[in-house]
Amino acid sequence: MAVISYRQALHDTLRAELQRDENVLLLGEEIGVFEGSYKITAGLLAEFGPRRVRDTPISEEGFTGVAIGAAMMGLRPVVEIMTINFSLLAIDQIVNNAAKMRSMFGGQASVPLVIRTPGGGGQQLSATHSQNLEVWYAHVPGLKVVAPATPADAKGLLTAAIRDDDPVIMLENLALYNTRGEVPDGEHAGQIGQAAVLKPGSDITVIGYSRAAVIALDVARRLATDGVSAEVIDLRSLRPLDRDTVCASVRKTSRAVIVEDDWLSYGIGAEIAATIAEGAFDYLDAPVRRVAAAEVPLPYAKPLELAALPDAAVLTRVIRQTLDATRYPR
Amino acid sequence: MAEGRAQKAASSSAGARRGQSRTRSPARTRSPAGHRAASGGEDPAVLRGYYRQMVLIRAFEVRAAEMYTRAKIGGYCHLNLGEEATVVGLVAALREDDYLFTTYREHGYALARGADPGRVMAELFGRVDGLSRGRGGSMHLFDPGIRLLGGYGIVGGQLPPATGAAFALAYRGGPGPDRPAVMCLLGDATTNIGAFHESLNLAALWRLPIVYVIVNNHLGMGTPVEAAAAEPDLWKRGCSYRMPGQRIDGNDVLTVREAARAALEQARGEYQPVLLEAVSYRLRGHSVVDPAKYRTAEDTERLRRGDPLPAFRAGLVADGTLDEQAAAAIDAEADQTVAAAVDYADASPSPDVSTLFDYVYATPVAGTYQGLPGDPAAGTGEGSQ
Repeated sequence: MAVISYRQALHDTLRAELQRDENVLLLGEEIGVFEGSYKITAGLLAEFGPRRVRDTPISEEGFTGVAIGAAMMGLRPVVEIMTINFSLLAIDQIVNNAAKMRSMFGGQASVPLVIRTPGGGGQQLSATHSQNLEVWYAHVPGLKVVAPATPADAKGLLTAAIRDDDPVIMLENLALYNTRGEVPDGEHAGQIGQAAVLKPGSDITVIGYSRAAVIALDVARRLATDGVSAEVIDLRSLRPLDRDTVCASVRKTSRAVIVEDDWLSYGIGAEIAATIAEGAFDYLDAPVRRVAAAEVPLPYAKPLELAALPDAAVLTRVIRQTLDATRYPR
Repeated sequence: MAEGRAQKAASSSAGARRGQSRTRSPARTRSPAGHRAASGGEDPAVLRGYYRQMVLIRAFEVRAAEMYTRAKIGGYCHLNLGEEATVVGLVAALREDDYLFTTYREHGYALARGADPGRVMAELFGRVDGLSRGRGGSMHLFDPGIRLLGGYGIVGGQLPPATGAAFALAYRGGPGPDRPAVMCLLGDATTNIGAFHESLNLAALWRLPIVYVIVNNHLGMGTPVEAAAAEPDLWKRGCSYRMPGQRIDGNDVLTVREAARAALEQARGEYQPVLLEAVSYRLRGHSVVDPAKYRTAEDTERLRRGDPLPAFRAGLVADGTLDEQAAAAIDAEADQTVAAAVDYADASPSPDVSTLFDYVYATPVAGTYQGLPGDPAAGTGEGSQ
């Protein structure tokens, strides 16, 4: 296993899939000559040419829809939408076409499409460039939504997404691109719809995805030195959602905290909390808590931005409160 | 029985396509009878085939409206009544290997392309034998066998995927007279939406084999074109993308066919996309439930003059292509075909509730939630694993 960055894992996977299958092609803004806003596609235009690596105008609705139509015809387009914020320009195509074609045409159309797009705040990009809108897509039957937290899963889930016959939204994260980790060499296709237990534990279950899963693991490791045994679950897939892994863990630990970068109300954490209420109610020793972003358009000023986003300190505090809780609120 | 009818419909439309001359008609003069004189060299059998298709669409749509009022058809139901010449002319220009994307006003296109009328009606009825297995309804007919890649319900939503289908064709090979092309229909009001402009720009920029056809029936629901489009000569909007195009008389089936055929040849032969505007009329409201109270007296008079079907029929009878008896026989045959389609749809069962989750995913993930309303999303762990 090589230790490489999340960015490198994505790049290498795209390259391998382009080599493997002539039907795989990349579309997106600035992915070719400019080599990608976040350099995921660096060198791929030079290697594969403009037929396979297609720079697009700033037309998210247009090129996302083009990719949908191309996928209907048997190609396997991988679209890069520069950030998830811009996917709103394409949401009609994603929600009303990609997600629905197979079902509404009676199983006669396939849309083997991948949309890669990073979310995340914390880069002082302010309100319109820092959002976590994955729950909008996770809400929609017909789509699959994956959110790798580690370089290994970046490879595994992107490989699986490209080979999947359904439309897959692949949520990346600006803050993860430079993170490093071990990645299996050679063929490594993950399983869409399976959460991962990043760290086993017995006192409390901490559930996250994407950047928040990384924070959760970091916090759990630090708490371990303090005698707290926290089990960390990385959801990895937001649709389909692996409810069994979540509930099995909470039945074991009896306490749960969810950490997420999206806004609290109606967020991924709300879905997880409801899942736990249905699947592990009798096992709970404390109310399920959510650690999520403050519900404001993310401000530019650094102190405000920091205050609005969940971090390790806040998560640590809420885990301790949950461990101490007999009733909530105290 | 339904299959027999389908073969008949398919073979008649395919035969019409095969029978078409590939030479351009020299003159664009138009007879007052609603079609150019048959002396232009058109095979009378082809003309009779077009009449047969137009009558079938008319009969089908009239019956669909009736079925809607009898609650056999639910949801929205948009009819091609009055647009038969446009529909038949456009579809006649397509080759069998071409692809067609339509709007939600699409029954006629499916029929003209050769879809089984019984399966079209069954889809309107929401039955398992429907063209989309009862999942789509009137707005979402899909038939890969005739390369009908969908009716689309969101205004403009079909343009990007249609452009993508053309992208896939270009991805797989260069232009040439034997290459397939894509035809994408849209309404007049669609030219105001972003997806239209983004699609045309991409098609022109990337040189894709696609013909966009605006069916201008003068009204976006109840809004006149002039009240919605700053450039009401809609085909001119393609000029921004250096896209050739023209406005044509959508009431003349041969004019429509010739223009569409030339456009498709340009699209497939040069990968030059084209924007056509067929001026047409819808005889009824936006959908079956719309009484069209916004119509002015002038509109109504225009409609009376604009109905292409009696004009085409009279012209064919006048120039001897059809005699009255043969025309009446075609009319009766259409009524019989539609009656059989209704019977077929009625006999087809509704989809079983146990199939509710079918077709949502190509590769479902085992164990994921497929609950009905009221079902818990997660098992309690005791006996639920």
